[in-house]
Amino acid sequence: MTQPAPLLQVNDLKTYFTIGTGGPFGSGKQTLKAVDGISFEIHAGEVLSLVGESGCGKTTVGRTLTQLEPATDGEAYFNGTEILSLPNSQFRPLRREIQMIFQDPFASLNPRLTIEQTLAEPLHIHKLAKNRKEARVLISETLQLVGLDPKVMDRYPHEFSGGQRQRIGIARVMILKPKLVIADEMVSALDVSIQAQVLNLIKDLQRDSGVSMLFISHDLGVVRHISDRVAVMYLGKIVEIGNRLEIFENPSHPYTKLLLSSIPRIKPGRTKVEDLGEPASATSPPTGCAFHPRCAIATEICRSAQPEMNELSETHVSACHNISQLLGGHA
Amino acid sequence: MNFISTIQNVFRGRTLATIGMIWLCVILVAALAAPIFAPFDPLDIDPIGRLQEPSWAHFFGTDHFGRDTFSRSIYGARMTVVIGLGSVVFALIIGGLIGMLSAYFTRLGHVLMRIVDVLMAFPALLLALVLMTLLERSVTNTIIVIGIVYATTTARILFGMTLKLKGEVFVDAAKCSGAGHSSILFRHILPNLISPLLVQASFIFAFAQLQAAALDFLGLGLPPEIPSWGNMLSEERIYVTRAPWLLLFPGILIIISVFSINLVGDAMRDSIDPRFKDDIAGV
Repeated sequence: MTQPAPLLQVNDLKTYFTIGTGGPFGSGKQTLKAVDGISFEIHAGEVLSLVGESGCGKTTVGRTLTQLEPATDGEAYFNGTEILSLPNSQFRPLRREIQMIFQDPFASLNPRLTIEQTLAEPLHIHKLAKNRKEARVLISETLQLVGLDPKVMDRYPHEFSGGQRQRIGIARVMILKPKLVIADEMVSALDVSIQAQVLNLIKDLQRDSGVSMLFISHDLGVVRHISDRVAVMYLGKIVEIGNRLEIFENPSHPYTKLLLSSIPRIKPGRTKVEDLGEPASATSPPTGCAFHPRCAIATEICRSAQPEMNELSETHVSACHNISQLLGGHA
Repeated sequence: MNFISTIQNVFRGRTLATIGMIWLCVILVAALAAPIFAPFDPLDIDPIGRLQEPSWAHFFGTDHFGRDTFSRSIYGARMTVVIGLGSVVFALIIGGLIGMLSAYFTRLGHVLMRIVDVLMAFPALLLALVLMTLLERSVTNTIIVIGIVYATTTARILFGMTLKLKGEVFVDAAKCSGAGHSSILFRHILPNLISPLLVQASFIFAFAQLQAAALDFLGLGLPPEIPSWGNMLSEERIYVTRAPWLLLFPGILIIISVFSINLVGDAMRDSIDPRFKDDIAGV
């Protein structure tokens, strides 16, 4: 299966944070490896989900790719252009094509700006509208697209519910007709009843516009609904990546299995995978495979060596030392 | 969020603040229409009729040149408004810019905020005295000096608030839309600072009155020929035993005005910041 060059190719991305204070009175500086060498690619029109528990660095991946955080190391090619090292001035035109939807719809809209002002801002920055009249036409089209009455554009954010605000957040992104949308936990702040509506909306919009998406979430039910491919992250690293069915029906990595078995179910069926511990700290990750303290099948090598990526199929890759045992056990 | 309902919110149920606001309006009207209300020219001297007691002709009596104290008090309101507004505008613009830019551009902040820290280490009056001795006595210089003194506190407050706003998600969202630094600072951050700026303005206005009166009294503020409440106190202080009303009226005016401004400022802060509500019932 030969594919055209991916829209986004990320190679060995690292984002480290320095925490604590140095100097004689500080608590000492520590390095937090939020993202520690991850690689993936997203093709045009594809939805890649990034899943993992909170604190695993999935949000930081999105923030690094939009230059909200500086990358420590690694490369990201967007349409062939390396974007992580671009200075702000050269990255600005590309921001139109790489857009981000934020988690908290209550915090992501400026309370002092009307909806029209919020939505017109990107249009004026990227010179997509010559004057206010043109902008208003585009804004009302986009508001209709996300299922809102164009009349709402004269109102302020506090007059809207969470679901409506997230629709406005989606409108702000879609009005620029981007090529890649990074959706950071975009429904997790919403009521469950609203989640489905917003999710269906973004799925329809994605399908109709053919935009690529990096869908960051901890909710596997949501991920199953929306993704083409899924990448599972643990403590700053991708442990398994594959097509949606490969991950959900045929998970190989013990961490993926743990995640899947923790989805609450009404019907009994799948056996629960035992969790042997707590997530480790990102400032002092365990040696070897970061997951080994929680892993039921960890062996000696897991404590000393970092696992390689094993190809299970052309699309399915998993980082576990005991992969053969796992596959045998599953077959 | 319209203007009239905001005003109603500030003064509803706060009788003292409403009285304070009315007094401030009286001062403002007196300042604007001083020539109409003043029965005499504030600079007209009458050596024969000096140090008169308050009477129907001269409500507040006359000073040691025989000038009508009531007329001078009304013209003094002018200086009150000019000095107050001038220092507020100066302090908010300079201090606000320093605070916002320092918080937004971290490296610049390391330099600017240390300078602010040094200035804040001086007591306000001492700093004003030092600066005033370097400059000559004039209305503009008084405004500049008082403005500098209160620009430091404004910078401090706005530094903290901008630092907090800088981390808000809507600022990240604006960055993702491609907004530049000036657009983020003045379109996204500044409008969210308007309420604290208003409250800060009311307190600077009040403190500027005291500061200006103190400078006048020490002979370092406005030029002596300008009738201001502080100058009146300063000039007439040697007659305190013979004609105490010459000190009484300007003094009372200063006290009532500063008190009124503080009441209005408190009411504004209370209605803007819900955490303070009902703390001082009735105010």
